Amino acid sequence: MITFIVRRLMLGVLLLWIVSILTFSIFFIIPKATHTSTAALFAGKAPTPAAIHDIEIKFGLDKPITTQYLDFVRGIFVGRHFDNGPDKTYCPPPCLGYSFVNNVPVWTEITNDLPVTVSMAVGAAVLWLVTGTAVGVLSALRRRSFLDRIAMGIALAGVSLPIYFTGLVLLTLFSYKWNLLPNVHYVGITDNPVSWARNLLLPWVSLAFLYAALYARLTRAGMLETLGEDYLRTARAKGLSERRVIVRHALRAALTPIVTIFGLDLGQLLGGAILTEYTFGFVGIGKLSVDAIFRQDLPVILGVTLFAAFFIVMANLVVDVLYAFVDPRVRYS
Amino acid sequence: MLSLTTGQRRVVRATVAAAVLAVIAGCSSGSGGVVHGKSAGNVFDAGSSGIRDVSTKTGGTLNLIADSDCDSYDPARTYYGHCWVMQRLFSRGLMAYRSAPGTAGLDVVPDLAEAAGTASADGKTWTYKLRSGLKFEDGTPITSKEVKYGIERVFAQSVINGGPVYVITYLCPGGTNASGGCDSYRGPYADRSADHLGLSTVETPDDSTIVFHLNAKVGDWNYIMTLPASTPVPIAYDQSSKGGAKYEFHPISDGPYKFQSYSPGKSLTLVRNSYWQASSDPFRKALVDKVVFTVDSNDQDVDNRLISNIADIDIAGVGVQVSTQSKILTNPQLKARADNPFTGYTRYLAVESHVAPFDNINCRIAVEYAASKVDWQTARGGPIGGGDIATSMLPPSVKGHEDFDAYPDNNGQGDLEKAKAYLAKCGKPNGFTTHLATSSSAKGKAVAAAVQNSLKRVGINVIIDEGDASTYYSEFIGAPSVVRKKDFGLMVAGWGADWPTGYGFFSSIVDGRKILSQGNSNYQETNDPKVNELIDKASSTTDADAAGKLWADVDRAVMATATVVPMTYDKALVISSENVTNRFILQSIGGIYDFQALGKTAP
Repeated sequence: MITFIVRRLMLGVLLLWIVSILTFSIFFIIPKATHTSTAALFAGKAPTPAAIHDIEIKFGLDKPITTQYLDFVRGIFVGRHFDNGPDKTYCPPPCLGYSFVNNVPVWTEITNDLPVTVSMAVGAAVLWLVTGTAVGVLSALRRRSFLDRIAMGIALAGVSLPIYFTGLVLLTLFSYKWNLLPNVHYVGITDNPVSWARNLLLPWVSLAFLYAALYARLTRAGMLETLGEDYLRTARAKGLSERRVIVRHALRAALTPIVTIFGLDLGQLLGGAILTEYTFGFVGIGKLSVDAIFRQDLPVILGVTLFAAFFIVMANLVVDVLYAFVDPRVRYS
Repeated sequence: MLSLTTGQRRVVRATVAAAVLAVIAGCSSGSGGVVHGKSAGNVFDAGSSGIRDVSTKTGGTLNLIADSDCDSYDPARTYYGHCWVMQRLFSRGLMAYRSAPGTAGLDVVPDLAEAAGTASADGKTWTYKLRSGLKFEDGTPITSKEVKYGIERVFAQSVINGGPVYVITYLCPGGTNASGGCDSYRGPYADRSADHLGLSTVETPDDSTIVFHLNAKVGDWNYIMTLPASTPVPIAYDQSSKGGAKYEFHPISDGPYKFQSYSPGKSLTLVRNSYWQASSDPFRKALVDKVVFTVDSNDQDVDNRLISNIADIDIAGVGVQVSTQSKILTNPQLKARADNPFTGYTRYLAVESHVAPFDNINCRIAVEYAASKVDWQTARGGPIGGGDIATSMLPPSVKGHEDFDAYPDNNGQGDLEKAKAYLAKCGKPNGFTTHLATSSSAKGKAVAAAVQNSLKRVGINVIIDEGDASTYYSEFIGAPSVVRKKDFGLMVAGWGADWPTGYGFFSSIVDGRKILSQGNSNYQETNDPKVNELIDKASSTTDADAAGKLWADVDRAVMATATVVPMTYDKALVISSENVTNRFILQSIGGIYDFQALGKTAP
């Protein structure tokens, strides 16, 4: 098992290394393609050539691209000093670069915005996992009943409706019209847990509605397939209770595809739920990355991409490990 | 039984309040900087010329909102107009704009200074005396040394960049180099003197006096001292690990509010500064107890919150979304809450006289007559969202603006007969092909298409070249060598004055001696001896009215070169919450509500 995890971790590191090289190439490609100076982006509205030159020296933009990349990688482990004479800036490890626009280390930006994204993603994930699988199991057990048809109809709507539609409807009703949840904005969980949950309620419901619908359909399909298996008939013939048959045997087998997709969905959301953040006006990793793209804040683009890739890699690793617990066949192979 | 709607009740309340205030204060028509001007009823655009819901009620929280954060809260690094208005809440410089609606808001009044600066006979030496009893938020006294230090910081361009650099231009010892930088002084972080006050062109003979020795005669120096860079900065704090580039995260207040918390890109909370004294301030009333600014990335949500009275003011002041615009204009109650101010920007087409065939003035004049300003206006959102048709460069919100039309063109539709006649004069009777540079923003694309279609009517074929919106002005059209190399005969451009005088508007965009190799704002490379001469004459005139007339002459001379085609005077449709009082547009800084004057009717 440990060998399995170590092998997966090494593959993950290799993948992140390749992503970092590909992403870092934007420092070389974009300025060439757009005939712009990276330093000029940092120098404000009316930059003088002298100011641009100073910035190039300070951030090492005058060095060859390979040297810049090695400095970048070194910075992740030991931090970096951006100095030009008396003008000194320190970027502590893990230094993912220094934002040209916001004038702070990229890591600081990411950690500032991460609580918003994590709060939104994890809360919604719990909601959609619980409701989605519960509805899926119930629909499968009451196949073709009125409940099944209603649940699957709502699920179809949930999958079809984009997040900005659901979010906007919720905002219009609960915020603008009925004033039940006015002034939706992010409050830190440590500042005020009740206010944190209250402000995140609408984003959670919007996100969960979209994902729960998908999970309900997946769970239902998996359950229906499993319920027809011979080993379930054997389990019932052995005299196991129906509850035990469903929970221990049927649901466990049906969970395998759910675990796979859940890991990927959560990993992707942690890398930035751009539409949800935008709809509710939150400023998380998604907004950070979109702003960075519009402002050509290359270090932030690079940092956020690596960070998102890290989450995807980690999510895949967790999924692989969970497989071994959910499905013993994986462990034995 | 008589029942009033909310809107009617507000009108009655505002009228009564205005009447009472008028009786008590005589509408405060004195010469100070206090809020004055006629109170306005709640009708469309009332806030552009008067004050809505006049009140002296204190308390409450002002909820500001915008779809993005300020470029910086460091007074030396901010360049967005609305962020300069935000600065009025927590920073005070030597001079400031009068807090008043209409043209009265274009006047400058002394802020930290006890009187406007006095110039020497040659107009190069300006002296200011500080008021007494001024303090920072930690209670330490403010002296002329901290004001000087604040100005010195602008010189450290590799650390403190992004803001206007006029103080470098006029205070660099020995003058600036060819690229506009200052080799002789590199800012207080490289300053070897013990007190970091080595800038020799600024003297502080005592703690309350500051003397500027300029390298040229500048009639507008009092206006330049309204820029946030004249805010004092505590030296020890700025030299510590919290200062320098990090100063923007907590600038030390000398105004009525101070930073309580700031989360970059998310929110800012300001609370009262107990060391600020109303008696030392010429216009700030500090009515609310707290100011909370929240960044809401969804601009449609921003509009909805304003309409629902959840948020009070959108600080960006660029106007509501297109869908909200129609909602407001078709709903009488919402329309009565909305204002439609000039933003101070003129949108124009720059015609590069070094790119053939525009090296021939007749070809340039042909474009003046052929371009449809009405199509441009429509592309930018029509008369309400886009602005008024422009016939000259100087916008109506700048002192010296005069109405004239050098190239009458059927109310902006274009005069095709005259255009063809001038094409014939320039030897291109069947037209020609040229490149048009524009930004990749939605409006940039829309106006470029409008220009392309309108010029096609006289045979001028336009090839559109899009530049990335984030670097369009600084890089794409900001380097003359690139412009010429890419054959940009025409460029979509816009300009707003850094301060509302002709100099503030024209100095960077038509003065031939300020054409820079990089970061150039004279995109079309206008370099006309008559224009340059008139600029020198107007900029050295200290009398505001006389200078205004001279700037109108500059405007005429610029139009005579036909290197610019003014299209629209920008306007924005803005709306605010019904819960804020004293709402009016400050014309001097981008046509934005004066946040510091606002009060709240409810917490």
